[in-house]
Amino acid sequence: MELLLIFLIGLLYSSGIYLMLRKSMVKLLIGLVLLGNGANILIFLMGDIAKGRPPIIAADAGVFTQMYADPVPQSLILTAIVISFGLQAFAIILLKRVYIITGSDNLDTLNTHDLDI
Amino acid sequence: MTDNYLILPIFSHLVTAVLLIFAWRHVNIQRFISLCGHVFTLALALQLFNKTWKAGILTMQAGGWKAPFGITFVSDTFSATLVVLTAIAGLAVGIFSVVGVSKARMQFGYFAISHFLLMGLNGAFLTGDIFNLYVWFEIVIISSFVLMTLGGKKPQMEGAIKYVTMNMLASTIFLTAIAILYGLTGTLNMADLSVKVATIEKQELVNVTALLFFIGFGIKSAVFPLYFWLPSSYHTPPAAIAATFGGLLTKMGIYAMLRTFTLIFIPDPFMQNVLITCAILTMFTGAMGALNKTSIRRMFSYLIVCHIGYLIGGLGLHSQVALTGVIFYLIHDIVIKTNLFLSSGLIHKIRGSTDIRRLGGLYADYPKLSLLMAIIFFSLVGIPPLSGFWPKIDLFKASLDANAYVLLAAYIMASFFTLYIIAKMWSEVFWKPLPKRVEDLNDFDKLPFFKQAMLVFPVIGLALVSLYIGLGAEKIYTISERIAANMIDTDYYIRAVLKK
Repeated sequence: MELLLIFLIGLLYSSGIYLMLRKSMVKLLIGLVLLGNGANILIFLMGDIAKGRPPIIAADAGVFTQMYADPVPQSLILTAIVISFGLQAFAIILLKRVYIITGSDNLDTLNTHDLDI
Repeated sequence: MTDNYLILPIFSHLVTAVLLIFAWRHVNIQRFISLCGHVFTLALALQLFNKTWKAGILTMQAGGWKAPFGITFVSDTFSATLVVLTAIAGLAVGIFSVVGVSKARMQFGYFAISHFLLMGLNGAFLTGDIFNLYVWFEIVIISSFVLMTLGGKKPQMEGAIKYVTMNMLASTIFLTAIAILYGLTGTLNMADLSVKVATIEKQELVNVTALLFFIGFGIKSAVFPLYFWLPSSYHTPPAAIAATFGGLLTKMGIYAMLRTFTLIFIPDPFMQNVLITCAILTMFTGAMGALNKTSIRRMFSYLIVCHIGYLIGGLGLHSQVALTGVIFYLIHDIVIKTNLFLSSGLIHKIRGSTDIRRLGGLYADYPKLSLLMAIIFFSLVGIPPLSGFWPKIDLFKASLDANAYVLLAAYIMASFFTLYIIAKMWSEVFWKPLPKRVEDLNDFDKLPFFKQAMLVFPVIGLALVSLYIGLGAEKIYTISERIAANMIDTDYYIRAVLKK
């Protein structure tokens, strides 16, 4: 399971960065989304994946004796997902506005030299 | 010492912002509420500083969860100082915005969003939890995205695309670094991290994580290879917004970097080299970039980059003297950069342009205003006894102590170029006769006296703060020295948070 996730993270990061380096704005956006998802899975992986072991201490034991599913990374991911939702929604609207203004999906058209602002 | 007071500077901005949302279309009510919010927060911030100065360090555990488990809020002298500076800069920008920001922007929530932004900044300064820091960062950047794009003109949109992309990338890298750090240590509390990172056997992994943090914060604070989004976006929004960005946003990145690299990752020789090299290149490229620009706001944007190098260099030296200099410079820089952008807004109001080829004769037309701006520019350059001069003594001395002669040369060169750029700007904008042109774009004289005062007053106020920093350097120096001492002796922070 871990190995699979590691490959998945690598794939998400590399494809995200590759897409960000393209000239198209839509690809830039998809790249950001993929990177964000890669980071989320990375957090998930970092918190020891343990199936069916809730982080509840048994009544007779004072401390954890076995490996348990760490709840902190999951709450971190939830927070990160909500935040990235907001950011991505904003980015989509922004790109749409830019497309309406410039009439082009090409990032190279965004380099007009504004002499007087 | 546990004290729930330290949440108040965050809370007051939140309340103000929510109240502002209720007054959505009523511009005058919004102006009033916003000003009240700023004044109130400044009072709270000063009180917080006072309390922190007496108690040494204040902590608050959210929900009563003890330190390594819950989210901790910590106000040490460093945080409290920055909260005060944020409140001062916020108040100045708030007063300037009353007249300086267009009605259309206010109707689309300019004031509410700017209060959310300041709330995020205060939160970032006061939190003692690294993931919580990430959340505050996100609050700040989403607010700054909205502020940057309000208005929706083409150049603004072009700047915004670069700004949004780089900031989202920085956040992702920051999040990646947090994930790896959590995997290594199993904690998120900064004090606890400081203890646990030192005990990790695989220090190579720690170094890699530290570099990820450096890249994440470096993008936000515009360090050498990662700064290019700043000059291509900071000149696009109106002056009031640019002043908040220029004065406070990059400094948030610097704050995060200072915090992580003095508390969690104490720089080893390799990391010190990385920091110092980046600092030298940042100063160099910033100065070179400012040289050939014709828009004064672009010049100021590059000067921000140039002076970020001062701070990173001092962090790289990592000694008591260097850090004292860094803190003093940070205090000076927040005030002065906010003021620079406000005065560029004032110049724009007067001449209808910020391009030096269309400017001139300001000294002949507005001698008093020009002398006021001269104080700002002299402080920026660091002419003794004004505020930019004192921290440089420490920074120069620290680089001599550490035999970092290249860094010293870079410091001197950057100071010299700043002087040259400001001198060039002064002669072009203030002394050169105004180029002949047909239309008169002076909006400033058409305003009633009250509105003119609202534009000039914050510039005067911040100039007075700069003068105070320069002339009352002894007090600021005492504060900086104490902050630097707490940075070197991390035990103090750790003990206060973990209650050991």
